[in-house]
This record gives sequence, C-alpha cells and structure tokens, in this order.
Amino acid sequence: MDRDRIEVRLAGFGGQGIIMMGYVLGKAYSIFEGGEATLTQSFGPEARGGACSAQVILSKNRILYPYVTKPDILVVMSQEAYTRYYPSLKDDGILIVEEELVRLGDLKPNQKLFKIPATRLAEEKVGRRLTLNIVMCGFLAAVTGVVSKEAMEKSVLDTVPAGTEEVNLKAFQVGYEYGKSIVG
Amino acid sequence: MANIKWTTADPKGVLTGAHYLDGNHAACEGALAAGCRFAAGYPITPSTEVVERFASRIPEVGGVFIQMEDEIASSIALQGAVWAGLKAMTVTSGPGFSLMMEHIGLAAMTETPCVFVNVQRGGPSTGTPTLPAQADMMQARWGSHGDYEIIAVSPSSPQECFDFIIDAFNLAEIYRVPVMFMMDECVGHMTEKVIIPEPEKIKVVERRWTDKKPGEYLPFEPDDDLVPNMVKAGDGYRIHVTGLTHDERGYPAATDVTVHNKLVRRLCDKIYKNAHKIWKWEEMDTDGAEIVVMSYGISARVALRGIEMARERGVKVGLLRLIVVWPLPEPRIREIADKVKAIVVPELNVRAQVAREIERVVAGRCPVIPVGHAGAGVHDPNDIYNAIMEALK
Repeated sequence: MDRDRIEVRLAGFGGQGIIMMGYVLGKAYSIFEGGEATLTQSFGPEARGGACSAQVILSKNRILYPYVTKPDILVVMSQEAYTRYYPSLKDDGILIVEEELVRLGDLKPNQKLFKIPATRLAEEKVGRRLTLNIVMCGFLAAVTGVVSKEAMEKSVLDTVPAGTEEVNLKAFQVGYEYGKSIVG
Repeated sequence: MANIKWTTADPKGVLTGAHYLDGNHAACEGALAAGCRFAAGYPITPSTEVVERFASRIPEVGGVFIQMEDEIASSIALQGAVWAGLKAMTVTSGPGFSLMMEHIGLAAMTETPCVFVNVQRGGPSTGTPTLPAQADMMQARWGSHGDYEIIAVSPSSPQECFDFIIDAFNLAEIYRVPVMFMMDECVGHMTEKVIIPEPEKIKVVERRWTDKKPGEYLPFEPDDDLVPNMVKAGDGYRIHVTGLTHDERGYPAATDVTVHNKLVRRLCDKIYKNAHKIWKWEEMDTDGAEIVVMSYGISARVALRGIEMARERGVKVGLLRLIVVWPLPEPRIREIADKVKAIVVPELNVRAQVAREIERVVAGRCPVIPVGHAGAGVHDPNDIYNAIMEALK
C-alpha cells in the first residue's frame, strides 16, 4: 500500500489478542522496518469478553495526530466489531475478517475483502487455539504487504513470551501461507 | 553559587536502544535512567504498567519497589527513601492522587525532592478507570492545603514520557520540590518507538549535598537560588525534618509569624523566581499566526488535526504546547496574546483548569477560548476546528 499514512484498525473481543496484534504490527513497522507506528487501544474494565480495539497508524514520517478516523485496513474478529467499525472503512479500504465469526453485508465496489478462518486454523493447523492472533498477523502481512514477512516474523519472535517462539512462528506461517494462497 | 552538580546516567538503569513501548513503560525506563532507585505504589489503572515494569526491572538495576497498603502509605514511604539518600517516585491515578494530597504538602514543606506520577483518568471519584482525562491539573498544583508551589510536567508521547520524566527528576533535585508528572491514559497506553540514548548522553542532576560540616550546616538555610542544600540520614548531621513551620535549623516555630512568613514566601518564590529556568514549551508556526492554540499532553496532539483543518481553509494557526504546565511561561503567553486575535485552549476537563490560568495571564489582551471536554475520550478534532473558526470572528 503506497500511502504516506496508513490507518489500521483491529477489532474483536477481549481475549482474542487484538492489542497484541496491533503491538506486533506496530513494532514490525517501526523497529524492524525503521518507520513510525503509533498504537492506541480501547478496552473496558473487563479482562475478557468485552469489546476491544487496537488502532495502528503507520507512516514514514513523524505521526502527529495519533488516532484512526477512516481506516485503510480494517481487521474484524467479531460480529460486533464488524457492525461498529465497517461503516468507517475507506471507500477503497481493505477488509479482513475472521470468516467464521462474522456475517458480512455488501461491500463498496472499490473495497477489497480477505477472509480467513483464523480460529479454526489456529486450532487445527497450529494446535493452539490462542495463537489465532498470530495466524491473523501472518495473513495480514501476506494479503496487504504493509510490512515485510521478515519484519513481521522478527516482531512476533521479539514479542511472544519466552518458550512459545516455535508455536507462534508456526502460527505466523500458517496465516501467511493461507494469505499467499489467496493473493498469489 | 547554587550547589547543582550535573552528571550522566548510571549505565545500570539505562536500556539503550530502540524499543516499542507504551508511555507507562517508557516513563518507568526514564525514571530508572534518571536514577530513581525506589518506588512505592498501590497500583491503579491506568498507571499500573509503570510500577509493574519497575517491580520487574529494579532487582536487576539495584533498588527497591514496595507495593504499599494504600496510596497514603506510598506517598510517605517514598519520602523516607529520599531522606535516606535515594531518588524516588510514586505512581498513581486520580483516586490515589486524592489520597496523596496531604503528603504532597509535606514534601513541599520539608522540601523533599521526589516525583509523583499521575496517569490521569476521568473523575470525579473512581470515574473512568480505563479512559483519559486532564482534570487533575489544578489538584496537582494546589490540591494540598496551605501555600506552596510545585512543578508539573506533561508529556505527549511515549518518547516524551521517557525524556521528560528525567527532567522531572532533575527539577525535583534542583528545586527540592515534589514534581508532578502529569500523564493521561492516552499517552500512558499509547505505544510508539522510544529511543533510549547511551547513558553518557543522559544528563542527570545529583542531589544538592551540602559542603558544610556538621555543626555549621543548617538544613533549611537557602542557597542563593532560594533552595537549601541537603544531607541524608546517617551522614553524621543532626537534622530535624517537620511539617510544622520551621526555622533554618529545622526546628518548629509554629507560632512565629516572621519565620512562617519567611518560609512560606521562600517555598513559593523558589519556583516563581526561578520559573524562567523551569519553563519548557514547544511552538509550531506561532510567528504571524492569527490564532494560537495552547494545549498540553494528548490534547495538544489531537489539536493538530483541528489546526490542519483550519489551515486548509487558509487560517494562520499556530500551536504552543506546554511541556512544563506549572509554572506557566507567562511572558511568552503575554507576548503571543499581544499579537493574535484569540487563544484557543483545548483540554480534557470541563472547567478550563489551565485555560483559566492562561486567561489570567493574558489579562484581556485577547480572548481566551477554552474547549472543554469531560474526558473518557479525546476531543473530536472538529470541535477544535470549530473553536478556531469561531475565534476568528
């Protein structure tokens, strides 16, 4: 995506690892690709189950205004997140969905859609359901190209708890390959 | 000559490199780089990550973190650590800040250098734990009873949380004053690249230890910058530190009007009269501006979008972003007020806590237009844009 400022919103419910996805993406772009990335988050007092959203702005330049208004990329992992945030997606934006958790309506003509059963892939191909967010990170890198595979991988390894590198790397690859099988 | 000794950071506390950190973690790293080796706290959202990180980092750096039974205890434990010779902080949010007020007054009265971090959330009372506000700004200034002045610093990004908490510790040492590090939930939970320099590039102020010998030393005798030099417990000096009005020996003189007048005036004057060395702000396009937006913390960053919208319509708008909010850079504010049509002040409180002070300073030179907000979110940039356009009329 060749834009000076790319706005990304990742949304779902607490416990899906939404904020960590934002963190991995932001770190990949800022630390491992040398750009600037601002991650902001919104969540309620609940530990799990509440609505949760992470917003990441990616830019080559210093980021002044730190919030997402009209995302270029929207990743939704719950029906509520889709209903709430889809209307703000740019007319030529990219929508990425956890397809088994979201029932979609019609898209605008220039919007692009990429669907993945991330939770099921995490369970069946990785063997750990809770790696669904890292599966989604791989998918996002493959279908959008906003960050390189290498930077995203480094970021995953730099972020996940010690001792879980292998399973998370596998999750990343599962998501990445699923994405590449769609975009080629 | 005031006894200020600049040095560089102790490498043990400095994680040199590029990190992807939120403001809370960055503030912790800044505190460690500044030489903070003691923190006491009663963790509270949205400030928890500061002490969480401190508790995990301090064993390797060398120092102490104590999770106290409450904020009242936290705000006095850190003062004990300071009088034992350490640099210290406590970290909280609104409800805890309210409980700390008495001891902020004690730190002001006993001239105990220390840092109070307040990651502001919406209030009053328990309010909105996970959502922002900037509504403790007046409380930071005068929340404790009696007359005193403090310094308040407000960062707008994780990098500034790192950089400016170092300033906060340095100012605390130079002026022997509690410094309020006034973050907000947005900046605390915003994650960005934070560059931590090499330790030799981080400037740190040592405690202003006295050169005088036991017997000659008077613990509250001011140096020529109005600030007394210090000793610590165990150095062999006999000292008395009290919240009662005290003379230069530190002895209570609670019925002596002359002593009280001299002490309280000095506590205020050491900030007023040194204010020009304390002020810190950043300006953007203020030369030739018709309207200047004055703000701080997260609101200053949100205002940038409103400013951009007004510029697209040909309005000349500048920004003065306060980094040190208290004391205000009064002469510069007046200078700007003489040249512009109006000053617009967005902040996350309804009662215009900083805007009213700006209005007092401006004293009718131009209109000062507050853009209030109850918190639990940030301004819609349109509201700031509308205020700018309205101010032009």
